[in-house]
Amino acid sequence: MAVLKKVEQVMMALNGDEAVAWAVKQSNVDVVSAYPITPQTIIVERISEFVNNGEMDAEFIHVESEHSALTAAWGAALAGARAFTATAANGLALMWEILYITASTRVPVVMAVVNRALSAPINIHNDHSDTMGARDSGWIQIYSEDAQEAYDNTIMAFKIAEESLFPVMVTLDGFTISHTLQNVSVLPDDVVSDFVGVRRIPRIKLPRIHGDKEIPLMFNPKYPITFGPLDLYDYYFEHKVQQNEAMKETFPIIERVHKEYGEISGRSYEPVFMVPYRTEDADAIILGLSSTMSVVKKVVDDLRERGKKVGAIRLRVFRPFPADFLRRELSKFHAVGVLDRCISFGGEGGPLFNEVRSALYGLPSRPIVHNYIYGLGGRDLPRSLIVKIYEELLSARAEPEVPVVKYVGVRE
Amino acid sequence: MSTWRPDIKELAKREMQTRPFESGHRLCAGCGAGIIVRQIMMAARKSLVFVNATGCVEVATTIFPYTSWNVPWAHNAFENAAAVGSGIEAGRKKLLRSKRFDGDPDIELDYDVVVLGGDGGTYDIGLQAISGAFERGDKILYVLYDNEAYMNTGIQRSGGTPFGARTTTTPVGSVIKGKVQFKKPIVDIMVAHRIPYAATVSSAYWNDALVKFRKGLEAEGPAFIHAFSTCPLGWGCETAETVKIMKLAVETCVFPLYEVENGRYKLTGPSLAIAKNPDRKKPVEEYLKLQARFRHMFRPENKWMLEKFQEWVDKEWELLLKKSGF
Ligand SMILES: Cc1ncc(C[n+]2csc(CCOP(=O)(O)OP(=O)(O)O)c2C)c(N)n1
Repeated sequence: MAVLKKVEQVMMALNGDEAVAWAVKQSNVDVVSAYPITPQTIIVERISEFVNNGEMDAEFIHVESEHSALTAAWGAALAGARAFTATAANGLALMWEILYITASTRVPVVMAVVNRALSAPINIHNDHSDTMGARDSGWIQIYSEDAQEAYDNTIMAFKIAEESLFPVMVTLDGFTISHTLQNVSVLPDDVVSDFVGVRRIPRIKLPRIHGDKEIPLMFNPKYPITFGPLDLYDYYFEHKVQQNEAMKETFPIIERVHKEYGEISGRSYEPVFMVPYRTEDADAIILGLSSTMSVVKKVVDDLRERGKKVGAIRLRVFRPFPADFLRRELSKFHAVGVLDRCISFGGEGGPLFNEVRSALYGLPSRPIVHNYIYGLGGRDLPRSLIVKIYEELLSARAEPEVPVVKYVGVRE
Repeated sequence: MSTWRPDIKELAKREMQTRPFESGHRLCAGCGAGIIVRQIMMAARKSLVFVNATGCVEVATTIFPYTSWNVPWAHNAFENAAAVGSGIEAGRKKLLRSKRFDGDPDIELDYDVVVLGGDGGTYDIGLQAISGAFERGDKILYVLYDNEAYMNTGIQRSGGTPFGARTTTTPVGSVIKGKVQFKKPIVDIMVAHRIPYAATVSSAYWNDALVKFRKGLEAEGPAFIHAFSTCPLGWGCETAETVKIMKLAVETCVFPLYEVENGRYKLTGPSLAIAKNPDRKKPVEEYLKLQARFRHMFRPENKWMLEKFQEWVDKEWELLLKKSGF
């Protein structure tokens, strides 16, 4: 993260959940609907305090389940409001049906997901099995490395969602980020408010009904629209293809919003989709998501001191999947270790590994790609194990036919 | 509002001019639900927006690229229609407060939210979301069109299916004959949320129905209307007999008409007349015999089923009489 310019910001000691709550408070959110689940709970508690103390002018819908939390956010956004919700793990799983519906009706809801392991057995600690399960639902997914980024990402998410008409999921690791106090640079209220503006209502043309007139795309008796109809085999397929094409067109929107945010905050995430760390002349790199990568970077520093040519890449945006960027970035390395904090039962490696390896397959010269599954249910990934991964990658010989998929830190 | 006397000619004229619910939808001939939708729209004073749970009405009226709705309409999923209503109401409230669209000639925010669900979407899978919305006091009118089974998926039993009825999941077998349980007391369950207004409606009595829909729309808080909805396909009845069956359900007290204002039960229309003059109450056979789903109950060996049905109706009616001060 490069600092472009200094703006007046307050340094606040916030944990990741509070950082998200602050971002929501400052982002002119009209409606919040949410249901508590650890480790997300602090987000809705803080927002409730803001609303009840009159510091935030929003309607808070105290729903009776996560299913209704996302549903009500959808309804509010349809009515023209800016809507936010938050959840984790089983709450996200309960929303599964509505994740697809929200994305496919192109309703720009923003949701913070505090990553947590899925039951059973019940476990409240961090892994990525929840959001990885939602990867095909049509949401933009942005993974945060720390509380600062959770704050920044949440603010940017509103703009990205409303400009692209895709719902956006901002993730932060349970406890590691959500409950850990950090110094967070908080922008002045009016700066954030100006940046995100109020909820924009796109205007669309329905030429056969309204001719050239552009009508507001929202629930509005003046210009009625039917949302969520029955769509049979004569149109459904085309609609899905269009949805997929549209999702790919969110890349430039995501980049532009990051650039604009960098200009006001001085914090620019460049490049936006994946952040390289000491990769210039690296032979082996580790690619992964979110807070784990802070530790990986520390290990890179240690190993660099010992003369090892290693680096790291943190993927920030997992959906849409930045395959082109990966191809450009990764082809030059000898070996890439992909970290997955999630199991795909019965599959060949984790979801991130599968996509990375598949993106690289067509390259004339491609790196060796190994998969390391780690940290399930909050299991620690100590530096010593990361060192071992790098050693393995540095000495890896030509890609074997069967992919190498290993569990790191599991008892045998 | 309680003194409103619907002028059917005037309302029909308005409907013909504004056509809020277009003809040409694919609801079956004789389906009660289309009539219910029209009556809600006739009763409205303000603009309406509709939220629909998954089910017959949803699939039959919005087959892309067509729609029957000339009012804003949204369908999200099966079990969460009430939660959509809550979200819309909250969004609308905030937008009004912020005056964001004041002066925008293209946007109107002065509307009432109607949520429409079938018996499956109300008695069963949707109950949680409705209960949540009612507990919060969200101002929506929830209309249950009750065709007494999951019709969209092919006539499976629901918590609203009556005793003895044949459905595809409660077939008339050699051991078990039709549905074993009685209908869930859905209005009582809703009234227990202390909502300001609840009522039952049979579209055959249009005057009664329109007045109740208007009261529901204008209630200060959540309102619930249980609308009886004949289903020729699922019930095995003649399409031309929809109105007759809707009437008989009331005349036999299988589906009494009443309203509950702030917890106070009050019989209305023909049900009030029966309460005052019990001789008018018809035996349940008159209602049951017009529908193939109850045909097996008329076999001599199943006579006990008719008796059991009558017993249940009598008991429920007695309870209702008591609750409404008779
Ligand atoms: C979660 C979920 N489960 C099941 C279904 C399948 N389904 C669609 S409509 C329906 C029945 C609807 O019945 P009801 O609410 O009584 O309305 P009707 O079709 O009779 O008008 C069912 C079971 C669904 N859409 N979603």
